[in-house]
Amino acid sequence: MDILSLFVIVPVLVILALVFSKGLKQARLIAMIGGIIQLGMAINLIFAYTRERAVNDSIMLFTRDLTWFEQLNIHYSIGVDGISVALITLTSIVLLAGVFISWKIEDLPKEFFVSLIVLSTGVYGFFISIDLFTMFVFYEIAVIPMYLLIGIWGTGPKEYSAMKLTLMLMGASAVLMVGILGIYFNSNADGGALTFNILEIAKVNIPYEAQKLFFPLTFIGFAVLGALFPFHTWSPDGHASAPTAVSMLHAGVLMKLGGYGIFRIAMFLLPQGALTWSWFFIILSATGVIYGAFAALRQTDLKYINAYASVSHLGMVSFALLMLNKTAWNGAILQSLSHGFMTALFFALIGMIYGRTHTRDITKLGGLLKVIPFISAIYVITGLALLGLPGFSGFVAEMNIFMGAFLHDDMFHRILTIVSVSAIVVTAVYVLRVVGIMLMGPVKNTAYLKLPAVTWYEKAGILLLLIPIVGIGVAPLWLSNMIMQSLEPFIRGVL
Amino acid sequence: MDFNSFFLMRHELTLLAIIMILLIAEIFIPASRKNSIVSLALLLFGLHTLSGFFPLAESKLFGGMFRSNDLIHFFKNVLNLGVLILLLQSADWVKEKMTSNDRGTEFFILLFASLFGMYFMISAGDFLMFYIGLELSTLPVAALAAFEVLKRKSSEAGIKLILSAALASGVSLFGISMLYATAGSIFFDEIILNISLNNLTLLGFILFFAGLAFKISLVPFHFWTADVYEGAPISIASYLSVISKGAAVFIMMILLFSVLKPLMEVWENLIYVLALATMFTGNLFALRQENMKRFLAFSSIAQAGFILLGLITGTQLGTATVVYFVTIYIFSNLAAFGVVQAISLQTGRENMKDYEGLYRTNPKLSLVMMLALFSLAGIPPVAGFFGKFFLFTAAASQGYYLLVFLAVVNVTISLYYYLLVMRAMFLRKGDDPIPFFRNKIYMKLGLVITVVGILILGLYSPLYDYIFQLSGIFK
Repeated sequence: MDILSLFVIVPVLVILALVFSKGLKQARLIAMIGGIIQLGMAINLIFAYTRERAVNDSIMLFTRDLTWFEQLNIHYSIGVDGISVALITLTSIVLLAGVFISWKIEDLPKEFFVSLIVLSTGVYGFFISIDLFTMFVFYEIAVIPMYLLIGIWGTGPKEYSAMKLTLMLMGASAVLMVGILGIYFNSNADGGALTFNILEIAKVNIPYEAQKLFFPLTFIGFAVLGALFPFHTWSPDGHASAPTAVSMLHAGVLMKLGGYGIFRIAMFLLPQGALTWSWFFIILSATGVIYGAFAALRQTDLKYINAYASVSHLGMVSFALLMLNKTAWNGAILQSLSHGFMTALFFALIGMIYGRTHTRDITKLGGLLKVIPFISAIYVITGLALLGLPGFSGFVAEMNIFMGAFLHDDMFHRILTIVSVSAIVVTAVYVLRVVGIMLMGPVKNTAYLKLPAVTWYEKAGILLLLIPIVGIGVAPLWLSNMIMQSLEPFIRGVL
Repeated sequence: MDFNSFFLMRHELTLLAIIMILLIAEIFIPASRKNSIVSLALLLFGLHTLSGFFPLAESKLFGGMFRSNDLIHFFKNVLNLGVLILLLQSADWVKEKMTSNDRGTEFFILLFASLFGMYFMISAGDFLMFYIGLELSTLPVAALAAFEVLKRKSSEAGIKLILSAALASGVSLFGISMLYATAGSIFFDEIILNISLNNLTLLGFILFFAGLAFKISLVPFHFWTADVYEGAPISIASYLSVISKGAAVFIMMILLFSVLKPLMEVWENLIYVLALATMFTGNLFALRQENMKRFLAFSSIAQAGFILLGLITGTQLGTATVVYFVTIYIFSNLAAFGVVQAISLQTGRENMKDYEGLYRTNPKLSLVMMLALFSLAGIPPVAGFFGKFFLFTAAASQGYYLLVFLAVVNVTISLYYYLLVMRAMFLRKGDDPIPFFRNKIYMKLGLVITVVGILILGLYSPLYDYIFQLSGIFK
């Protein structure tokens, strides 16, 4: 059995075990063991990848290719490079943390964990695919469980949010499908056979007219998932209604599919389309960065604050990708990872605060530092990471993004960069605002004096997410090298 | 013509034998044991379905009036499989509601007679055989639609179906006579040589096409659909939406891709417009439906619109994707109708609101429904996704990117209403949920086959490759 297919097979086995489990205890135990195994697989993958990379310099490692639909040349093709390895690890960490955070879920626990694992399987599958068709299949598998996860276990206007989110994301996938078909039917431009294989298509010179037509479709298809302005409106509603673990997986992992897809498919396969359209989408991205930051500043619901912060921070990802240079790209990938850990941690903390105080409205909270010091302290640390303090992952990512962006020799791009950088200041303001109102000062409500202590599973979840944030921040070089090295083939293809 | 060549009509002959046996059984089985007719019919039809999988020669009979080849043979097998599932799902209904007033045998005989007509329609080598097949396939269904004589809506459905079917077949016949006038023959092989584009051909073609479009319920010939589905017994509604539509799609494909291929520039545009009209109408009307049967009726109209995306191509790829999609569609829609039937049989409830909280009381049934809806909506990893993706691939291969784009917009709209059913079943708890019940063995079997089909048909690629290879006759 090859090391990558395990990421599809193991979750399916876990799901089967869950289906036959009885009661809450068994269900969460199986989910936890499954999560730990997957994290182990991810760590093993990192080591295996590093070893293999030292002796093998093909673009994708551990490749495997099984013919699926012969007539249409559809294959189950898998392979990874440094970028996918990093994102797979992110997924496994957030999934396990999510299981810990959902420890106490009582309504239909079995179904909850099954949906959660189906979602993560889709994500794994997406990251390991190097065939457009397989990738598309996994994309949809990742999105659909969200409907049930938000609709059944969510809070507030959950039916509305679940429907809006599912329809927007599936609508985006429909647009993406046209883009993929467009790429497929142009993949024989140099006289070869039609193919869905990304590495094969990258060698083909797709006609400029087709690139110009299909780049925006492919880009938007993925960008909706990455909450690109103005297609982000599903995200705040979805986050606000989702249960904690789902927000974590969603913001931490699922939204990364967007940036990854833009990079791996839209830009890699349609480089000239990217050059033609970059001015347009870069304006949207920059708008998103600023808009998200200011919108977060105005919110009082903790989840909305975080959701808009995500719009802002993921705007930076597509912004950096469109800058078409290596440093910015490196930053974009790092930002994806760093945002994944930070935002998952934020949502976990918000879930813990909400679970204890039954409100997410910061104006009703106050002085939490005195009553739940552990959670509050972690909140402050995550906040500092989010606003890009050195020593945390956010700093490394944003440094790379904006340094790379300034390298662009076009005045227009530089001005947009300056505008976008200002979002960092706004980020500082909204993070400190929340910290000030919610954590500092006197305890606002006497009922808060007797809040339950932090449990072991909550600590486990927090720790899992905190370690990488600090780890990447303190020692980014190793990760950065792994990503940089994987960027090489893209540089050759696009620049 | 020697005796052996009769075996080209093996499907038809065995089905005819089954009809005869049932007729005789009806006479000889005493009234107290009428229920055994159901098992007998199921057994016989099961054997018939199995025998269909043995290979069959490619040849013609009656001077070309009747023809058979591997693709046609495959169509018949698919239809058989669909009817078998349908029989399993409706066995309990026939037992409980129909044999009591001594009408069980008629149900089977009429149903098989209609299927018999479809065989001839698909195998037709000239317009006469085609027309006889068309009539024979429609008339018994009209009787079946009115089968629940005590329900006013059922009689109404029967009348509606027979009146509109008569009109449609009349129009179609008029079109055929015009095609005959221009080509000088009713034999397909000769028409294809002599047909050319002129005003009379055009008019003939359009009239003829309208008759078939009625059977597939393409907009604007869809008006009968929802009312008939709602009024007819559920088995008949699902027969109309699955088997009858499937057969009509097959024959339409055969005619368009071979006989009427010279008119391609005409029917290409026609199908382009009809595809859009059908998809949008079906989808937009489905949004507002409360009754599950009406809901599935509009959903099946929309699905017909998607099928047209494969028909527009006129290529081998198009043929393969259409056949593949219809096969998957038969399983998916039968699963959905099966659940509706199971619930209706036990509780008599058919509205979407009744499904609220179904997952908490009947989890297995709701999971079957979920798979069926996902397959109809085209969500991986179930079969419907592959079916739809390939249809779109076929259309895109001919450069119809705008059409594909509008079709995927429709996929999103359709997802909305399929999710409405999901919402009722999974998200809501319901004030008065349907209590837990166990299905009888036939129904269970019927649902299990559809589920297996939905899960396997897409992921298991050799089936598609096989269909693709069969479709080689339309190169």
